Amino acid sequence: MKEEELIEKLKAEIIEQLSLEDITPADIDADAPLFVEGLGLDSIDAIELTHLLDRNYGIKLEDPKARREVLASVRSMAQLIAKQGK
Amino acid sequence: MRRRVFVTGFGILSAIGCDVESNYSSLLSGRSGIGQAKFVKTLLDRYPFAEVPASNEELAAKAGLRLEPFHSRTFLLGLCAAKEAIRMAGCEDQLPSMALVGSTTVAGMDLTESCYVRMVEEDPTLKYLVDSMDCSDAVNRMASVLGNRNMVSSVSTACSSSANAIIVGTRMISSGLADRALVGGMDSLVRFSINGFNALEILSPTGSQPFDQNRDGVTPSEGAAFLVLEAEDVVGNRRVYGEIKGFANANAAFHQTASSPNGEGALAVISKAIEKAGLQPSEIDYVNAHGTGTKNNDLSEGRALEAAFGVEAMPLFSSTKGYTGHPFAAAGAVEAVFSLLAINNQVVFPNINFKTPMEELSIRPVTTLQKKEIRNVLSNSFGFGGADSSLIISKV
Amino acid sequence: MQAYINSVSLISPQLTHDGSFLTHPLVNELACVMNCVEPVYKEYINPVALRRMSHVVKLGLAASAICMRQLPDVRPEAVIIGSGLACLSDLEKFTRLVEEYKEETLPPIPFINSAHNTVAAQIAMQHKLTGYNITYCHHFLSFESALRDAFMCLSEDMQNVLVGGIDERTSDNFHIYNIAGFWRKEPVNNLDLFKGSYPGTLNGEGAAFFILSNEKSDGSLACVTGVHTLLLPNSTIEDVNQELEVFLKKHSLSKEDIDLFILGRNGSNVYDSLYGQFEEEIPQSAHIAYYKHLCGEYMTSSSFAMWVASNVLSSQSLPDILTFRRGSRQDFHRVLIYNQALGKEHAFILLERA
Repeated sequence: MKEEELIEKLKAEIIEQLSLEDITPADIDADAPLFVEGLGLDSIDAIELTHLLDRNYGIKLEDPKARREVLASVRSMAQLIAKQGK
Repeated sequence: MRRRVFVTGFGILSAIGCDVESNYSSLLSGRSGIGQAKFVKTLLDRYPFAEVPASNEELAAKAGLRLEPFHSRTFLLGLCAAKEAIRMAGCEDQLPSMALVGSTTVAGMDLTESCYVRMVEEDPTLKYLVDSMDCSDAVNRMASVLGNRNMVSSVSTACSSSANAIIVGTRMISSGLADRALVGGMDSLVRFSINGFNALEILSPTGSQPFDQNRDGVTPSEGAAFLVLEAEDVVGNRRVYGEIKGFANANAAFHQTASSPNGEGALAVISKAIEKAGLQPSEIDYVNAHGTGTKNNDLSEGRALEAAFGVEAMPLFSSTKGYTGHPFAAAGAVEAVFSLLAINNQVVFPNINFKTPMEELSIRPVTTLQKKEIRNVLSNSFGFGGADSSLIISKV
Repeated sequence: MQAYINSVSLISPQLTHDGSFLTHPLVNELACVMNCVEPVYKEYINPVALRRMSHVVKLGLAASAICMRQLPDVRPEAVIIGSGLACLSDLEKFTRLVEEYKEETLPPIPFINSAHNTVAAQIAMQHKLTGYNITYCHHFLSFESALRDAFMCLSEDMQNVLVGGIDERTSDNFHIYNIAGFWRKEPVNNLDLFKGSYPGTLNGEGAAFFILSNEKSDGSLACVTGVHTLLLPNSTIEDVNQELEVFLKKHSLSKEDIDLFILGRNGSNVYDSLYGQFEEEIPQSAHIAYYKHLCGEYMTSSSFAMWVASNVLSSQSLPDILTFRRGSRQDFHRVLIYNQALGKEHAFILLERA
C-alpha cells in the first residue's frame, strides 16, 4: 500500500477508535501533531492508538520514547506501519 | 456551633493483617503484604497483588456469620472492620441511632463478574445475586446486621471514597445531624479493577514503590477500615484515640484520570485541610501520603507537598502502599487507621520499597521506623475525576 | 434550615424542558421501558469531551448546564450527585470486555468512565468548578443522601450548591432486574400504569438538577426544608407513619400541615400496597399526586418528584396529569414527597413555598 493510501486508512481507523464523531479524514492533517495541538489528544488517546497499532498491524510500542515519536503524527504512524506492519 | 469530632474506635483488614493489632505489628516489622494472589482468579497472575490473608469462610466466621452465597467479599471485609471498630468503641447500644457512611468502588463484583453474561441472559438460578451488584449492598447488609436505621449511605468517589465517607460522617456530627457515625470503606480485589489498571498501563510488574525514581505503577489490593466517630459531648469518659481536626474535599478539574504535574489539586486540599484544622503547616508532624507508585501521582503529590510545606520544613512523610498495595475505596480509611496508630504509638511508619530518590523532587520519604512526638497527621487520598481529599487527624 | 431552589432542570422521558408535558404527556405503549428525550448535547457540552462520554454522563452534563445557565452569575461551590447506578453502561461494557478479551490489553476508556463519580467530575472539569465534589451511590436513597449533604454545605459556609439526581437505563440492567421480577411482563401504556394489579413496573431514567441556596431570590421556586431516610427491612405502615411523625415533629409540623403528598407509586403491587396504606391516613383535604407514570421507576426518581414539587409550589397549581386525588385546599404551602423501595428503603423530602 502506498503511504498516502495508508494514511487515509489510518485516519479512518483513528476516527473510529477515538470516537471523533464530528471529524472527517479530510479534517486531519497527516503532518500535524496529534497531541495537545492539532487534534488535541491526550495520554488516554495515546494508549488507544497503541492498541490500534497492536491489534490492526501487530506493532508493539512499549518504550515510551519510541511511542512518542511514532504517535507524533498520522504520517509517522504510517511510516512505521509501512516498515514493520504485519 | 460546631462540635469537635473524636475517634473512639477503629477496625481494619488489609494485606498486612486482619485486625488492628496484626496491621500494627506488620507496620513495625516492615513486612509487606504484596505477593502472589491466592484468592482472586485472574489471568494476569504474573503481576503481584496484595490480598487480605483470609478466605471468605474465615471472614464470615470472624464476623460471626454463616457464609451465604450472596455474601460478597466486599461486604465481609467491611463487616469485620466495622465490628472491630464498634468493639473498640464499646458503643454497641448506640447503633440504631448511629449514622453509617460506607464506600466501595467494586461493590459485589467478586460474586458477579464471572457470571455477568448469564445474569444478563436472565439465568433464574442467579436471582440471589441481583442485589449484590449494587453499591449499597455491602452497607445495607452491614446495617441489617448492626442495626443502623437512619442516615445510612454510601459514597463512591473512586480512590478517595472512604476519605470522603470520613469527611461526611465528621460533618454530620459537627453540624448536629448525628451524635455518632460509623464511617469507612471496603473493596475486594477483582478482575475488573486489575484489568482496568492494566488497560491504563499502570499495573506494577514489581510491586508498588511509592516515591521511588524507578516506580512502575500500582499494586491493586483489597481491604476495609471503619472508624467510630463521636461528638465530644457524647463521648463521656470513654477512651479517645484521636480527633478529626481538619479535612478538605475539592476537585482538581484537570483531567479524568491524571493529576496535573504540579499538583495544584492536591495542594489545594492539603492547604485547606490544614487551615480548617486551625493549624500552621509547621504543626503537621507526619504526612501519610496517597503515594500509589505511579509516575503521575507521586510526582504531582510530591510537588504539592513541597509547595505546601517548603522543602526545608517538610515533615516526615511516607506512603504505606508498599505494605498494603492500593485498596482503592478503602485506602483513605485504611490510612486513617495507620495515622491513628502513628498518633497513639508516637511512631512514623517507613515508606518501604524505596531505594532511589526521584530526580524531580528534593524531599525524601522516611525509610526507617522512627519514634517521634506526633500531634497532627495529614492523610491524603486522591481519586479519578480529580477527586482530591485530605484529612487532619490529631492527638487529643 | 431553608434551602431555596433557585434554579431547576430536568431531562426525562417527557418533554420536560418547557414543562409542556404537564398538559401533553408523551405516551409509550410498546415497551416496558421509558427512555429520556435527549437534548442536542453539542449545545451544552464541549464536543472534544463529548466523544468519550456515555449516555449518563451526557445526560448529567446537559441537565447541569441547563440548570446553571439560568443563573449565569452563580458559581456553585459544591457539586453533589446522587446516582443509584452511576456510570453503569461503561461498567457493563468493561465487565464484558474483561471476559471477551480474556484479560488481554483492553481499551481504557470504559474503565475510566465506569468510576461512579464520573458525572460529578466531568461537571467540575467542564465548568472549572474546583470546590466540594461528591457522589452518593446508595440504591433508592442516593438522591436523598446528596440532598442531605447539600443541607450540610449550606449550613457550613457555602451559599450555592448544585445537586443532581441521575440514573440511566441500560439493557443489561433491565434484564438483570427482570430476573428479580422488577418489570412488567407485558408492555403497558404508561398513563395506565396504575390500572389493574401487576407485580412489575416500567424501567425509567432521568436527570434532575437544582441550584440550592441559603438565600431567597426573586426567582426562588420553592424551598426544601428537610430530608429524612429510613432503612428498615420488612417495615410496616406503623413504622413508616411513626418515622414520618418524628420527622415532621422536628419541623414542628404534623400531617395536617401538608397540602400535597407526592407518592412514589410505581404500578407494581409488590411496592404499592404500602403506599395504599399510607394514603388511608392522609387527611381528606390534602391533595395526592403520583409521578412515575411519566418517568418510570429509577433509583433517583425522587429528584423528578422534587422538580414536580417545586413546579407546584411556584405555580400554585397541581396539573391533572399528576393528580390522583384532588383535595379541598386552595393554596399549596407545604409538599411532602414519600418514596420507598420494597418496604425497606424509605425517604421523605419536605418542601415549602419560597
